[in-house]
Amino acid sequence: MSTRTPLIYSPKVLEIFRNPKNLGAMQDASVVSQAGSPACGDVIRIYLKIEDGKILDASFESYGCAANIAAASILTEMVKGKTLKEAWMISWEEVAEELGGLPAIKYHCSILAVGGLKRAIRKYIDETRRERPDWLPVDLSKEERQALEEEELIEKMYKKHGRAP
Amino acid sequence: MRKVSEFLIEHGKPSREVYLDHENSGWVPPEVVNEMLPYFNQKGYGHPSITNRPGWEAYEVLESTLELVGRTLNVSDGELIITHSGTESNNLAIKGAALARTDKERYKIIVSAIEHPSVIFPARTLEEHGFKLVTIPVDNEGFVDPEMLEALIDEKTFMVSIQAVNHEIGTIQNLEELVKIVKERDEKIIFHTDASDAYARIPLDVKKLGIDMMTISSHKIHGPKGVGLLYVDKKIKIKSILDGALSTQRFWPGVENVPALAGFRKAVELAFTDFEKIVERMKVLRDRLIDGIIEKVPDVLLNGPRGEKRAPDNVNVSFLHVEGESITIELSTRGVYVSSGSACTSRVLEPSHVILAIGRRYEEAHGSILFKISRYHTEGDIEYALSQIPPAIQRLRTISPLGREIMEEAVD
Ligand SMILES: Cc1ncc(COP(=O)(O)O)c(C=O)c1O
Repeated sequence: MSTRTPLIYSPKVLEIFRNPKNLGAMQDASVVSQAGSPACGDVIRIYLKIEDGKILDASFESYGCAANIAAASILTEMVKGKTLKEAWMISWEEVAEELGGLPAIKYHCSILAVGGLKRAIRKYIDETRRERPDWLPVDLSKEERQALEEEELIEKMYKKHGRAP
Repeated sequence: MRKVSEFLIEHGKPSREVYLDHENSGWVPPEVVNEMLPYFNQKGYGHPSITNRPGWEAYEVLESTLELVGRTLNVSDGELIITHSGTESNNLAIKGAALARTDKERYKIIVSAIEHPSVIFPARTLEEHGFKLVTIPVDNEGFVDPEMLEALIDEKTFMVSIQAVNHEIGTIQNLEELVKIVKERDEKIIFHTDASDAYARIPLDVKKLGIDMMTISSHKIHGPKGVGLLYVDKKIKIKSILDGALSTQRFWPGVENVPALAGFRKAVELAFTDFEKIVERMKVLRDRLIDGIIEKVPDVLLNGPRGEKRAPDNVNVSFLHVEGESITIELSTRGVYVSSGSACTSRVLEPSHVILAIGRRYEEAHGSILFKISRYHTEGDIEYALSQIPPAIQRLRTISPLGREIMEEAVD
């Protein structure tokens, strides 16, 4: 049941929404990851180009609201030039802060973006068969877990409404 | 704390603006505002139930408004209760009738799956007090199946509430048939209809339809916010759901919003002057908008019926592969103001129950956009909207990873 709430975005969110940075698929990406699901109305895809444990380039695609687009865009800016370890340490709160703050019901957009980034880093390390660095936990991080939960939530909503996805 | 004022500066004021969100609230024409102004401090500023001149002047506004509305609805022996919104009228209809119920064997309330929350939620509240809520599904255009309704009603049924026109997808129910089914089965079942989006768009004849209760809201017809009406047939018993000092209303305590009523009276008068001509013109603009969108934007679904069974002011489409909230913001920066059934515009992160009820998938509901035509729109307004919608959708589709494969295949 839709109960609307006024979304008070920061001017920064609108500015990035209008002029997103690092937009689009990357042809020579070292790794691509995705978080969220179309049924939830939120999908973030992150592309990273990595060399010698450093993120040389990052880009994104986003299906979602203005906060979703802005969070993905600013995150790709934040990770450029960072080592994988530094990028892994970025929290969703930092992303929200960079955006000039987010309305509480939009926190999940920032979480999803960071979840997507962490998935990408984990996937890259898995795929390149590197030894797991000590900063990379075996268990999923909070953001990866929340992305997964959001993806699974839709199954529950479909069940509630009594139909197949 | 973020301030909207800063956001608005970043947003800027578009050089051209077309407001197509009259569903949610709307623009009030100057004639209506001018009609209201004297009632703040020149006349009728008194209390309509008090015996002094400004009080009688206030009462005159109530009397003439109800008389005018009564004529437009062809009500004869019943009462028009003044509330402050459609939400209040729906609550009064459902909870007020439940409170006045004498036959405790009747506890079933049937509502359609696409009712406004101000019908569904009061009905759910009654469930906590021993009533049973039965939701009747709709088909893929939003119509209630008369046979299904017939099968659902029984001797336990207390009330049926089915809206005349759906607020999101414009479906015009065949009320006459639905009322007939209920009443032929059992005269005692109360039939309520929420006509918030039907009044002043389609002809409504309360007597001919045989409706027991009907909700109307002022701001949905270019009146000011702050006035709702509930028609209650003489034979229906209701109880007040608010307690307080009664003014002129038996079932709604507190003082009436007289200036808003004066504005509403003017809005009604304007809506019913050249009613047919205005409605025909709205239909032309509506169809131009629908056809234009379908012609200019690929991967679009029309939600709701086409033609005579669609409200003259309603356009609702789902733009695939993009999300509704970002569409409303993108269009807003281009001066085209619309709303969406996306989850992102809601508090509970679930998309529109109306769009889901007609069988659309979640992602289709997330991309749904509602446009409402008003009689104040010009062809130029619609053409302007049609010039902005395709580039807006196109831009968001270049950001979205969805549907790319399909689009690339189409190019090959
Ligand atoms: C069908 C319907 N019913 C009721 C309402 C509630 O009316 P109000 O906004 O006056 O409370 C609305 C308003 O959006 C509506 O569309």
